[in-house]
Amino acid sequence: MQHYLEYLQAYGGRFVDGTLVTIQQTLLAALLAIFVAALFGMMRLSEKWLIRGTSIVYIEFFRGTSLLVQLYWIFFVLPLLGVTFDKFTAGFVAVGLNLGAYGAELVRGSIEAVPKGQYEACHALNMSYYKRMRRIILPQALLLMLPPWGNLLIELLKGTALVSLISVTDLMFEAKQINGTTYLSAESFGTALIIYYLMARVVVSPGMRAFERYWGKKMGRI
Amino acid sequence: MFEGFELFPKFDWKWSFAFEILPRLLWATLNTLLAAGTGYAIALIIGLLFALAQRTGIRAITLIVREIVEFIRSTPLVVQIFFIFYVGPQFGIRLSPWTSGMIAIGLHYAAYLSEVYRAGLESVPRGQWEACKALNLSMTRTYFRVIIPQALPPALPGMGNYLVGIFKDTPMLMVIGVTELMHAATALGSTYYRYLEPYTMVGILFLLISLPTAFGLRRFESFVAKALGMRK
Amino acid sequence: MKENFPLNLGSDAPMVRFSKVTKRYGELTVLDSLDLDVQQNEIVSIIGPSGSGKTTVLRMLMTLEEINDGVIYVDGQPLTHMPKNNELIKANEAHLRKMRNNIGMVFQHFNLFPHMTALGNCMEAPMHVLGMSRTEALARSEELLEMVGLADKIHEHPARLSGGQQQRVAIARALAMRPKILLFDEVTSALDPEVIGEVLNVIRSLASEHSLTMLMVTHQMGFAREISDRICFFYEGKIAEEGAPQQIFENPQNERTRQFLSAVLDAN
Repeated sequence: MQHYLEYLQAYGGRFVDGTLVTIQQTLLAALLAIFVAALFGMMRLSEKWLIRGTSIVYIEFFRGTSLLVQLYWIFFVLPLLGVTFDKFTAGFVAVGLNLGAYGAELVRGSIEAVPKGQYEACHALNMSYYKRMRRIILPQALLLMLPPWGNLLIELLKGTALVSLISVTDLMFEAKQINGTTYLSAESFGTALIIYYLMARVVVSPGMRAFERYWGKKMGRI
Repeated sequence: MFEGFELFPKFDWKWSFAFEILPRLLWATLNTLLAAGTGYAIALIIGLLFALAQRTGIRAITLIVREIVEFIRSTPLVVQIFFIFYVGPQFGIRLSPWTSGMIAIGLHYAAYLSEVYRAGLESVPRGQWEACKALNLSMTRTYFRVIIPQALPPALPGMGNYLVGIFKDTPMLMVIGVTELMHAATALGSTYYRYLEPYTMVGILFLLISLPTAFGLRRFESFVAKALGMRK
Repeated sequence: MKENFPLNLGSDAPMVRFSKVTKRYGELTVLDSLDLDVQQNEIVSIIGPSGSGKTTVLRMLMTLEEINDGVIYVDGQPLTHMPKNNELIKANEAHLRKMRNNIGMVFQHFNLFPHMTALGNCMEAPMHVLGMSRTEALARSEELLEMVGLADKIHEHPARLSGGQQQRVAIARALAMRPKILLFDEVTSALDPEVIGEVLNVIRSLASEHSLTMLMVTHQMGFAREISDRICFFYEGKIAEEGAPQQIFENPQNERTRQFLSAVLDAN
């Protein structure tokens, strides 16, 4: 234990640096994922086959291939097609696009889960499509999708660990570096695991639950 | 951040190169499938142990196993892979890349599968357990003849998703040198200084395997539900 | 602890004896020092308002719940306890499993195994608990399913059967174990009115043709009156009144019994 405390004193700073980068990656990827999920989730429900087809292609492509392959492709191959990202950007773009595809299915499922009676009431009140979606359907859908989105955000957090493989200096990158010099693998990777765990269990999950309660109250749940 | 966009990109796909590396990639694909299959088999069994351990009724065991499962599910697989591979030597045990990879992936997906099993078991109505007791069936028969056949259909979609998921996660094994598909592609890329064909082909190979598998799994789920008499 | 309770009840023992049985759920006492005897081949109906403890009596006899105090005897032997060093201690699972073969139960919600046919449901326990051969179990199950009027449905899965048919399969399944005691827990309460009759007919024929001790919790007052040897009216965890059906229904002594019967019979 004493030994571990000394270890933390020596390397704690680097773990903090790495964690900050991980947090940045997670937040940026999350914003992108939410945007992509909302966009493609709703496109998936369109009656026009072109719009629906595009979203299906996007969703199946990003869900059918692995994040690591997509990450490498975006960083190494896209430049050859003319689109060049620096490694930090490539990182959160890959994670965001990938998990956004899963999110799109959640968005679609939740919109479909809103009871048909709600649509019928809107129809009887002569609401337009936009009014109906914005005021009635989407708010209810949001409440339904919050629990699985909590899990998705944790997957997002875990996904950012892969950006270390294209040398983004996140938490896992730092852990690997420290392991490389000290050979104290249990301490290095163990600390990284604990930090990821704390972020997931102590920040993300409770945060989502709090938001669920808040939004639930707004939706009239007691 | 975003460094450039050109109207006529440096895209020069060489079919000759693609065909040249194809055999090596196909061979690596077999290794990938083997890794996914082995990891999944391990996860199926250990996941069941995790799930049953939480049903023993002994609070201490339930809480400990619960925490272990949560920890594994909430932390990145790639870090777990590194941990298991490197921690061994620190304490004198030398694990091969394949073994550490299988342990890491097996444990990781066991944690996911245990949640799927638990949900399946919980979905079986309590009346079934009571009927078994009234007929004086032993615990073994209760589980194997009555409960598990009913817990299986709702659990299958989750189990299928994780089969596809394990397959897609095998590239992470490359970081400790397991010669699966991504590892082979990266090795080819750095040898020939051409990443376009290897990585693109890897992407296509993954799609070619995972999409039909996902489709086939959905058909299989329907079939099982019918076969067990649960559907009209 | 259990010195006041005999180790066995001797040769002229009742088939079932509840001896000072108490059951609590937390603060709530559901059964309060209950004494109840059921003789061999007797048919007893238990009636009363909900929450009076009626179903709990059956569930404890079927060992689905544990008792907090007292002893239950089946055919002279203790069920909830077992003898050790001339004393009664709490029964272990092995003892319970041995005793449980004597008791069968039909549930309100049938609880048939959905992934087995009617025949499969009936054969399961005889083969794997009683160790019967496949041919024997098959013969017995077919016979029982024919007896409950479902000879043409033996290869159907429960999903394809009506509620009344499912409940009849449930009765056949319980009978396949040849229990000495058969418990019926509100077996018609979950059925549509048109099919209640077919289930009651089966129970009626069981009562007259077979030597079974039967304990029924029911709201079917007419039926209870017709086939029972004795009616027990439960109120707040105790037997408020018991006696022959004619006496209970025509001349209830207890005020509560009168109130209950007038409320129930009015509704009908």
